[in-house]
Amino acid sequence: MSHINVDGKQLETLELFEVEEVRNDFPILKEKFSGPKNSVLPLVYLDNAATTQKPQQVLDAMQYYYRHQNANVHRAIHKLGERATAAYEDSRKRISRFINARSHREIVFTRGTTEAINLVAHSWGRKLIGRGDEILLSEMEHHSNLIPWQLLAKETGAVLRFIPFSRSNGTLQIGHLEEMINERTRLISVTHMSNVFGTINPVRGLIQKAHDHHIPVMLDGAQSVPHLPTDVQELDCDFLAFSGHKMCGPTGIGVLYGKEKLLEEMEPFQGGGEMIGSVWLDKATWNEVPHKFEAGTPDIAGAIGLAAAIDYLDRLGMERITLYEQKLTTYALSKMREISGMRIFGMAPFRGGVISFYLGKIHPHDMAQFLDSKGIAVRAGHHCAQPLMRKLEIPATTRASFYFYNTFSEIDFLIDNLKQALEYFGYGTG
Amino acid sequence: MELDELYQDIILDHYKNPHNFGEGEASCTNVELDNPVCGDHIKLMLLIDENDIIQDVKFTGSGCAISMASASIMTEEIKGKKVQEVRAIIEDVLGAMRGEKEADNLDEHGDLIALKGVMKFPVRVKCATLAWHAVRDGITKCEQEKK
Ligand SMILES: Cc1ncc(COP(=O)(O)O)c(C=O)c1O
Repeated sequence: MSHINVDGKQLETLELFEVEEVRNDFPILKEKFSGPKNSVLPLVYLDNAATTQKPQQVLDAMQYYYRHQNANVHRAIHKLGERATAAYEDSRKRISRFINARSHREIVFTRGTTEAINLVAHSWGRKLIGRGDEILLSEMEHHSNLIPWQLLAKETGAVLRFIPFSRSNGTLQIGHLEEMINERTRLISVTHMSNVFGTINPVRGLIQKAHDHHIPVMLDGAQSVPHLPTDVQELDCDFLAFSGHKMCGPTGIGVLYGKEKLLEEMEPFQGGGEMIGSVWLDKATWNEVPHKFEAGTPDIAGAIGLAAAIDYLDRLGMERITLYEQKLTTYALSKMREISGMRIFGMAPFRGGVISFYLGKIHPHDMAQFLDSKGIAVRAGHHCAQPLMRKLEIPATTRASFYFYNTFSEIDFLIDNLKQALEYFGYGTG
Repeated sequence: MELDELYQDIILDHYKNPHNFGEGEASCTNVELDNPVCGDHIKLMLLIDENDIIQDVKFTGSGCAISMASASIMTEEIKGKKVQEVRAIIEDVLGAMRGEKEADNLDEHGDLIALKGVMKFPVRVKCATLAWHAVRDGITKCEQEKK
């Protein structure tokens, strides 16, 4: 039991869950690989920022749908169609409650974070952004919160500006915000939690300041929603994007939350079935929100799987998840810093369980290969953040990222093998 | 698959003490190639004489052990050889890495044999071939510039 503080919010003292029990819910965590000399390597999965594993409950919910409910939604006048539609729309309501949206009409299903951001850039941006208008991003964005705005800027003549981050600890230099906002600023879109540094950005303050100037704020919640309690009314963000697969749900489903007033003003995203009201050969009217943005047959099973994932997370408790991950991360950081030659990118006071590092002169690809030979899955590369890497003047990092099913002994195993990698590649300690 | 099949002693030796690493004289425009996925980068300086013999070759850059060792091995292999012969070796290496040519062709070429281990690790093939693509581009450039 302990206290932690996330983005200025004190979490209560909580009793944690039994991690071994939790692990039993995830069949894939029992996977083993054959190692050298007929040894058996248990999976140590530390690539959770890329995607997370799925509990049996999510797999079951999706299978149940295909076995007992499968039909197309909204259109069928038969019993299965009613079941499918009810299950799909119930999932929307479940997600709406999870992030405390005012209404389920504020929940748009997308393929993931990337599509959600593209949707806003397309449907909100093209309508409301003009030549010389400014969009404020940060230097630490994932490509998916950069390229859609580059495309929009190219099309409209808008200007992109970037809140810098500190090279020393990977925090956003939010002090620059006031001077960067001006009468041409139309939107601020930043990540809530960095997928490279793990930094949890001070978005509340940022949103308040932006709203003082009547500027809407979009949050990339791909890394935050899976790991932190999220209340969109309290945050008061105008848009929030996140991906199901990073929070125990399936791939292919994600969410755009948008304030209803903003969604109402926006143009459709794609054209097709379901998003229309009445159609003539030469014109059409649009369905109401959120259906206006959901052209074609959606990922029904995905939405149901995501709702099951959310049930699962809620049962554990998001605050407990945050608390547990904070302990795990604090432990991992302290152990890693004891290894000589270790450089960690991202030492923000408020941070999540994403640790990017470079050890000695070992190239991240060699490091990831070495760890893989021990059954440890980490990621090596630029993590879809090339401008960030360029600013740090490094080609890549190795990244270990945790979820609530990781254990302290897995961290010990990682640390032990980091030391072994130093021996192997000949940059031994001392 | 064992790690040591990938990181053979020959590879680790070249990685720790790369041959022909540094700036050198070049008879034509230097080639620079990147592998953006890994952030590997190589710059190649080729000195080809009037008899089409590779008099000297140097490289600089940074990258993983496989890419740097492969570059080092490549420079050792091609130095002093005729361009025509080098072209054949390049095709042997790249063909073997793509699984289109007999990998045993590499056996008689000294340290090149160590690259065979990479073939069992498909995601690392791009690391190993970077230097070979660079030298292929370099030779083509030199020939074009001569005309
Ligand atoms: C911060 C951040 N934003 C956006 C994305 C993109 O998510 P997706 O690929 O699920 O659309 C990711 C995931 O890689 C991420 O970490």
